[in-house]
Amino acid sequence: MLDRFEAKLDGAFGLLDRETLLARLRAVLPGERLIATTEAMRPYESDGLAAYRSLPAAVALPADADEAAAVLQICRELGVPVVARGAGTGLSGGALPFPGSVLLALGKLNRILEIDPVARTARVQPGVRNLAISEAVKHHGLFYAPDPSSQLACSIGGNVAENAGGVHCLKYGLTVHNILKLEALTIEGERLTIGSDALDAPGFDLMALLTGSEGLLAVVTEITVRLLPLPADIQALLVAFSDVRQAGQAVADIIAAGITPAGLEMMDELALTAAEQFAHAGYPLDAKAILICECDGAAGDAEAELAHVAEICRAAGASEVRHAKDEAERARLWAGRKGAFPAMGRIAADYYCIDGTIPRRQLPQVLAKIAELSSEFGLAVANVFHAGDGNLHPLILYDAAAPGELDRAEALGGAILELCVAVGGTITGEHGVGREKINQMCVQFTTAELEAFAAIKAAFDPQGLLNPGKAVPTLARCAEFGAMHVHRGEVAHPELPRF
Amino acid sequence: MAGSDSPPPCGEELGERIRRAAATKAPLRIVGGGTKAFYGRQVDAEPLNVAGHCGVVSYDPSELVVVARAGTPLAEIEARLGECGQRLAFEPPRLGEASTIGGVVAAGLSGPRRPFSGAVRDCVLGATILDGRGQVLRFGGQVFKNVAGFDAFRLMAGAMGCLGVVLEVSLRVTPAPRREAAVALELASDVARTRVCALMARPTPLSGAFHDGERLHLRLSGGEAGVTALAAELGGEEEPLGYWDAVRDLTHPTLASHEPLWRVSLPQTAPIPPVGDVAAWDWAGSLVWMRSNLAAESVWQSAAGVGGHATLFRGAKAGEEVFQPLAPAMLALHQRLKAALDPAGVLNPGRMYGAL
Repeated sequence: MLDRFEAKLDGAFGLLDRETLLARLRAVLPGERLIATTEAMRPYESDGLAAYRSLPAAVALPADADEAAAVLQICRELGVPVVARGAGTGLSGGALPFPGSVLLALGKLNRILEIDPVARTARVQPGVRNLAISEAVKHHGLFYAPDPSSQLACSIGGNVAENAGGVHCLKYGLTVHNILKLEALTIEGERLTIGSDALDAPGFDLMALLTGSEGLLAVVTEITVRLLPLPADIQALLVAFSDVRQAGQAVADIIAAGITPAGLEMMDELALTAAEQFAHAGYPLDAKAILICECDGAAGDAEAELAHVAEICRAAGASEVRHAKDEAERARLWAGRKGAFPAMGRIAADYYCIDGTIPRRQLPQVLAKIAELSSEFGLAVANVFHAGDGNLHPLILYDAAAPGELDRAEALGGAILELCVAVGGTITGEHGVGREKINQMCVQFTTAELEAFAAIKAAFDPQGLLNPGKAVPTLARCAEFGAMHVHRGEVAHPELPRF
Repeated sequence: MAGSDSPPPCGEELGERIRRAAATKAPLRIVGGGTKAFYGRQVDAEPLNVAGHCGVVSYDPSELVVVARAGTPLAEIEARLGECGQRLAFEPPRLGEASTIGGVVAAGLSGPRRPFSGAVRDCVLGATILDGRGQVLRFGGQVFKNVAGFDAFRLMAGAMGCLGVVLEVSLRVTPAPRREAAVALELASDVARTRVCALMARPTPLSGAFHDGERLHLRLSGGEAGVTALAAELGGEEEPLGYWDAVRDLTHPTLASHEPLWRVSLPQTAPIPPVGDVAAWDWAGSLVWMRSNLAAESVWQSAAGVGGHATLFRGAKAGEEVFQPLAPAMLALHQRLKAALDPAGVLNPGRMYGAL
C-alpha cells in the first residue's frame, strides 16, 4: 500500500526527537493551534483518498501567514518535512501526512479579504471554500468559474495546489486561467508575491508553475482570483443513446461544429442507472449512454446553440433529446450527475475513482478497452466522463472486505491509467498525482523529465522538505516500481493508434 | 485528422549544438523568424537557428488542439486553423511574415483578446523542449486537462528562451465566433476606461477594448443575438473589423514612435502613471503604450507604485535593462530556476535580464 512511506523511495529525513520539535512549535503556536495527541490528530490522517492513512508528528493550525512562516522556518531549521493541507477533500492523497512531518493545515486562514466588483477580483485566504467566493459576489452579478464537484467543501488554496477544474472548465478554464496573483511562503518562511494584479508580470510565469504544484514548491497564503459576470441565460439538454460509440461521436461532432458548451458530461449505463436510483433525475434507464449538455450566453444565443447541439445529436443517432424546460429540471439533470459518486456507494461496498484524460477521438476505443480490462480483472467499472474535455472518471467497484479486491482494484486502476497514456493522454486530468499515482508518473515521464521536475523543486526547496513522497517520484522509486511498466517508445498497447 | 506535414526533424542536430555549447560554456542566441529581435535585451552569442525545425505535426479540429514544430510560421498555422473555422484565442501580434510559433510562445505576447479569452500561456497544452544540456524533455501533452507533473510547458511561455529551446508546442485552439462587429465611440480615455469596466461587469460579448488617444474602439464577438443587442446598445460609429489588425499587430499609427516606447501593464482600475505621453491603451485599459524619455528607473518605480510593471518595448540602448527589475529574492529564484534547466547558462543568457 502506498500509505507506507519508505525512506529509500520517498526521501530520508534525520530522526528528530519529537519533544524538541513540539517545544519549538509550541512557542509560535499557542494553545489549540498545535495538535499533537494521536486522538486529536486522527481527523488529519487522510484526505479524500481515505484508503491511505498516516499520522504526522504534529498538526499546525496557524492563524495567519506570519504563524505559517514561523512554522516553516522551524521545520527548515530542524529538517522536518511539511505537508500543507486545505479542506482535505483531495482525491489523490496529496495531503496524506508523511511520518514525522508537520501537517500545516491552513483552514484558519479562511477570510475573504477584499472584493472589488469594478475590477472583478477577490482577494482571499487559502482556507476560503470555493463556493463561498461565488456566494459572496453573487449580488454583484459575478461568480468564480472553476467549480469542482466538491466545491461546497474544498478550499481555494487546495484548488490552486491541484489546478482544480470542474464541470464548466471546457468554457471557463481551470484554476490557472482564473487567478491573477498569489502570496506564497518559501520553505525558508520568506514571502513571495507571484503574478500581479495586472494581466501579466515580469520574469518567468511562476504563477502558472505554482498552480498545480501540489504543495511541493511553496505554501500559498493568499490568492487573488478573477471573477466573471454570471451568464444571462443557461439552457441544458439531456440526450440518450443506445450505443456508447454514438455518444462519443456526438461529442466530437459538437466540438467540431464550433460549439463550446459550458458543460458536456457523459455517463454510461451502469453510472446512469445508479445515479437515477439515487437522485431521480429522470434519466432514461434503457439508454446505454447519456450526455448532459449545457450552453450559456446572451438571451437567444444559448437557446440557438442548444438547438444546434440537439440537431447534431439526432444526426449521430440519439434515441431521445430532452430540453430541460425550466430551472428545476436543469437542476435535476445536474443533481444526477453530481450525485454519481455517492450513488456508486449504494450499489457497491467501495469504489475507486480514476482520473485520466484522453484525446476525445480515442473515446470509443478506450471505453471498449476498459470494458475488456473490467472483465479481465473481474471488477465492474462505471464510467462518468467530462466528455467535453476528455477527462474520464471510471469508477471501479470493489469490496475492501473481500480478500485481494483492493489490490485488484488498484491494479485495474493502474492499467486504465497506462491505457490513457498509451493513447496520448495523461494519468490525471484534475485530481492530481498526489500519493496515489506516484508510480504511474514513471510511465508518463522519462528519467530526464523527472530529473527536471526534481531540479525545479530544488530551486524552491533545496532540502526537499515540502510534501516529500508526492507528485514527483524519486528515480529510486521508478527503478523499483517502474520496472513493470514500459516507457514511451515501447508502448503497452501497440494495437492502439499512435500520433 | 486534417493531414500532417513531415519535414525532416532536426531536433537531434539542435541538441548536439547545445551539448557542444554547454561543454565549452559558449552561449547561444536562439533565433526563429527574427521578427522579435528588438524585444528584450540583446544577446551577444552564436545564433541557434530553429526556423528549419518546422511543420504542423497534427491538427484535429474536433480535439481543439494543434501541434506544431517551433519553426512553423505563425501565418501557416493561422491559415490551417482558419480553413476549419478555428483560431488562436490569444491573438498574438504578427510582427512579420517570418514570425514562428516558437517565437510567439517564447515571447509570450498576447493580443487584444487577452482580457477576454486569455494569454499565450493559457493556451499552451504541452511543449517539447531542449534543455541546456541538449536533452529532449516533453511536458504536458495534447489534452486540456492534465495535472501530471509541474506545468513546465506553461513556464516556457514568455521565458524568452532562457529555460529551454522550444522544439514543439501543442496549443489549444478556439472556434471562431458566429458573429463579430466593431464600433468606435467618442469617449476620452478616463471615461472610456470606466465605461469598459461597467461593460465587463455584465455578460457581454466584448472581445476588444482599445483607446487610440481620442476614441474608444470596441470589438464584439459571439452569438448573433448577443452581438446584435450590444451593438445596438452601444451606438457609435460602426467600423470595419480590419481596424483590429493594426491593434493586434502593433502597427497602429499611434504606436509609431522615435522616442522610446513603453509597455505598461496595469491593474484594471489603477490610475495611469504620469511618466510619459499615453499613445494608446489596449486590454480594456490594462495595457498602456507610452512614449517617455524619462529614466527607466522612474518609469518602473511609478508603474510598481500602482501595482503594475513596465517594459521598455522599443528603443532600448544596448546593454540596458528593459523589463521591470525583480526583487532580490525573486531574481535569485529566477537564477536558480534557470540553473535547474540550463546549468551551463548557454540558452539566451541576458536576453531577459542581465543577471539571468
